[in-house]
Amino acid sequence: MKKRYLLLLPAIAVLASCEPSIKDEIDSSTYSAGEANFSSYVAVGNSLTSGFMDGTVFKSGQKNSFPNILAGQFKIVGGGEFTQPSYEDDVNDVGGLLFTGAPNEGFPSKLIVNMQPGADGQPLGPQNINKPVTIEASKQQKKAYHNAGVPGAKTFHLIAPGYGSLAGLTQGTANPYFVRTATSDNTTVLADAMSLKPTFFTNWIGANDVLSYATSGGEGVDQNKAGGLNPAVYGSNDITHAGVFKQVYEGITTTLTSQGAKGVVATIPDVTAIPFFTTVPYNPLSPQVIGVDNIDQLNVFVGMLKQILTAAGEGSRLELFSKTKANPLLIQDKTLKDMGPVLVQAIKGLVASGKFPLPVTDAEIAFIGATYGQARHATAKDLMLLTSKSQIGLPVKTGNAAMDSFLKKGVTVPIEDKFVLNPVEQANIKEATVTFNTIIKATAASKGLAVADMNDILNKAVAGLRVEDGQIYTADYFKGMGNLNTVMFSLDGVHLNARGYAFIASEILKTINKHYKANIPLVNPAVYPGPTLVVGNK
Amino acid sequence: MIRKLLSLSLLTLLSTSAFAGGYRVAMQGNKQLAMGHTGVAVISNGAESLFFNPAASVYSENKFDISGGVSYLVADTKFQNKTYGWENETRNPGTPFYLYGSYKATDWMTVGLAVYSPYGSKVEWDKDWQGSHLVNNIDLKAIYFQPTVAIKVSKHFSFGGGPIFVNGGVTFNKNLSRSMTDEQGNRTNVTVEAKNVTAWGWTAGYLVNVDDHLRLGLNYRSKIIMNETSGKSKFENVPRFGQSIFKDGTIKAEMPLPAELTVGASYTWNKWLFAFDYNRSFWTAYKALTIDFVDNPAIGTSVNPRNYKDSSTYRLGVQYTMNEQLTLRAGWYYDESPVQKGYFAPETPRNDSRAYTGGLSYKFKNGIGIDLSFSYLHFSDTNSSYDYYMEDGHNVSFGGTYKSAVTSGGIGVSYSF
Repeated sequence: MKKRYLLLLPAIAVLASCEPSIKDEIDSSTYSAGEANFSSYVAVGNSLTSGFMDGTVFKSGQKNSFPNILAGQFKIVGGGEFTQPSYEDDVNDVGGLLFTGAPNEGFPSKLIVNMQPGADGQPLGPQNINKPVTIEASKQQKKAYHNAGVPGAKTFHLIAPGYGSLAGLTQGTANPYFVRTATSDNTTVLADAMSLKPTFFTNWIGANDVLSYATSGGEGVDQNKAGGLNPAVYGSNDITHAGVFKQVYEGITTTLTSQGAKGVVATIPDVTAIPFFTTVPYNPLSPQVIGVDNIDQLNVFVGMLKQILTAAGEGSRLELFSKTKANPLLIQDKTLKDMGPVLVQAIKGLVASGKFPLPVTDAEIAFIGATYGQARHATAKDLMLLTSKSQIGLPVKTGNAAMDSFLKKGVTVPIEDKFVLNPVEQANIKEATVTFNTIIKATAASKGLAVADMNDILNKAVAGLRVEDGQIYTADYFKGMGNLNTVMFSLDGVHLNARGYAFIASEILKTINKHYKANIPLVNPAVYPGPTLVVGNK
Repeated sequence: MIRKLLSLSLLTLLSTSAFAGGYRVAMQGNKQLAMGHTGVAVISNGAESLFFNPAASVYSENKFDISGGVSYLVADTKFQNKTYGWENETRNPGTPFYLYGSYKATDWMTVGLAVYSPYGSKVEWDKDWQGSHLVNNIDLKAIYFQPTVAIKVSKHFSFGGGPIFVNGGVTFNKNLSRSMTDEQGNRTNVTVEAKNVTAWGWTAGYLVNVDDHLRLGLNYRSKIIMNETSGKSKFENVPRFGQSIFKDGTIKAEMPLPAELTVGASYTWNKWLFAFDYNRSFWTAYKALTIDFVDNPAIGTSVNPRNYKDSSTYRLGVQYTMNEQLTLRAGWYYDESPVQKGYFAPETPRNDSRAYTGGLSYKFKNGIGIDLSFSYLHFSDTNSSYDYYMEDGHNVSFGGTYKSAVTSGGIGVSYSF
């Protein structure tokens, strides 16, 4: 009898196996909201808040908006429900917008990277995905959402009645994204947000007040110079007047805090921290790209133009092609004096004296005058927009076979001003960014709000920003396999990707933890997706 | 002379103090395990000596000694990272076993055959858990086949040893990166498989019977490199763009089963036996887990640094013989981890441990003995990380607080005649 009991010993040993317990084990008391209350968290802002990435808002991308990521963490410390505008109609998960059933070139499908090799053996690269857009701009949900980020919104848009009116869409006074959610024709983004009685908010607004000017290549008006104080008449690419910005920003902040909500406001990033402005170099033209054998011939043409300009005291605009080092792009600079008439006159003289190297008609001479009147070679001080990349090397047709053989965008024909931020435009942007950020910080200070200094953070990311696990994130554009796991910016070059929004969320969490004495766990950007890579795009 | 020699080697070893752990599983005999897995200087009432020190087998009073047994162990590990609020745990069973048979051919020579499983590691984390870029699951096994000969030189001295044939294998799965998925969002992962890898090694030892009470022993088991040249890699959930890069194919890999030196002493006094063993495991041999994806030049060779260091284990055991039938045993050991700071990979989530063991043997009238053992290994909390995961050219750290425990119960049968 006794002996049989002995056999039970091993079984007892296993049953008694004490589960290990960590001394400082995570439990319900580990994390806390501190002085903040996340029961109703509302996110106010623009595209960066909406979850816009790869040039649009699409269903799966929106799930990784930084406010949605934040809300997930807030839940750990008592956060409430967090709703986002419905994208259930995005059946292909490609974003974009239809206007009464028709596609619109301003609202295309999301960007993907086509890994299929092109003629040069390299992957074809970023393209709009070739799948039908199914999101209808006029399909109104008439519901206020906790994520109140509206792509394209400037500060003053948040308090503009009618910004969500369907009728206003055709007049250009409404925003299709807000039209889809606005609770009424006359409501405002802010009013809908406030209807959710926020106890906590994030407000990252203001970037479009300067960035739409920047992404347009400085095509808009700097209202600080023009003295424009009525935002109702601003063009979409204008820089908002600082006075208008201050008044509106303070008003929004007062409203957001009017019911005692605490929150975080974020600053506006410098263009130099955004890959849209920093990816295309000013001098990508190696002698091989131009064709070493062509250079002498091209220099005859360029040299002749340079000679004419030199005579008029503007010779420094152009330089001869080098056979040994990278050559700058030829660009148009609207801040330059138009030398077109000078060129036309001089060329006519040369043609008359038989010294012009090509047979040209008067119309072609006029073309040369118009084309090179404000042309110059780019310098390190110019910022080439990401969109300029597809312009480089495009053939230009005049009908003159001899001329057409060497007319190429960026090489012999200037890339238009709208693809470049010249130093004058950059100065306008810089000044507005600094002024707006000063206003944002001062307003936050006056209300005791936390500031997530996205400008400072992204500026640091230009050189590389080391996070908790040792990974270094940079403000670079997708470079292929080299930064597949670490690229933070989406393929549009302006907005972050899912990983980047997780990075932003983590930085905001740190700000909240510090400012509101909270202890909320961070998120790790590494596990969030980067660019979508596909093979073929048909 | 010999005593001098031995004491000298003991000293040298102790002075080079450093830090078994890793994927070594010390459960090669229920009698011995119950005594803290001591046994290099113990003449056991069975054939366990073939493992602990073949030299000791020649002093058995029996013509035939046969022992066999199995342990059932449960290894628990908890993991947490407060920065990110990560929590995870894994519970993995294991069944190390042994089978020993020795035959006293002449008064001065004993031959034997030992089959045992000294290395094994099974860890299965939740699929796609936070550390899935390092490991989802691993199952490593190695079975040793060891014929031995032991020669008695005198009643004071014997030596013995033999070749070791190893058959082992490993299956290892991890996610390819921290974020890669297929088009449906399933994480891309790779399984590396090496089956029926064979290799040879050897073991040798000697035993000194100083007098009727004191015995000293030494045993050495050589390093064995498991070298796989025709393993398989299998990729799962590969996105379309990666299908030309991540193709199933052949792999080459190497994994060392490190050498182990044991010296020890035992002292018999009336019904008591006291034993002390010191193990030195030469884990330095484990530099890196290197996998060469032969058929995938785009991946090439994956080098995962491990940089283990040599480690020591200190074992104490005691045995009390109640009567002809019943023998009671208890033991303790301290096992130092071979893992260095910054190299704590979740595939072997162990750190320094203290083990508490106990057990008994009951001998029936027909000569069959039953051996029972239990052990509990307690690991202290450790804040550790693996800092050498390479991502886009930067080393990335993965870690947190780990806490482990291993509990085992074993049963064995011994028969002598």
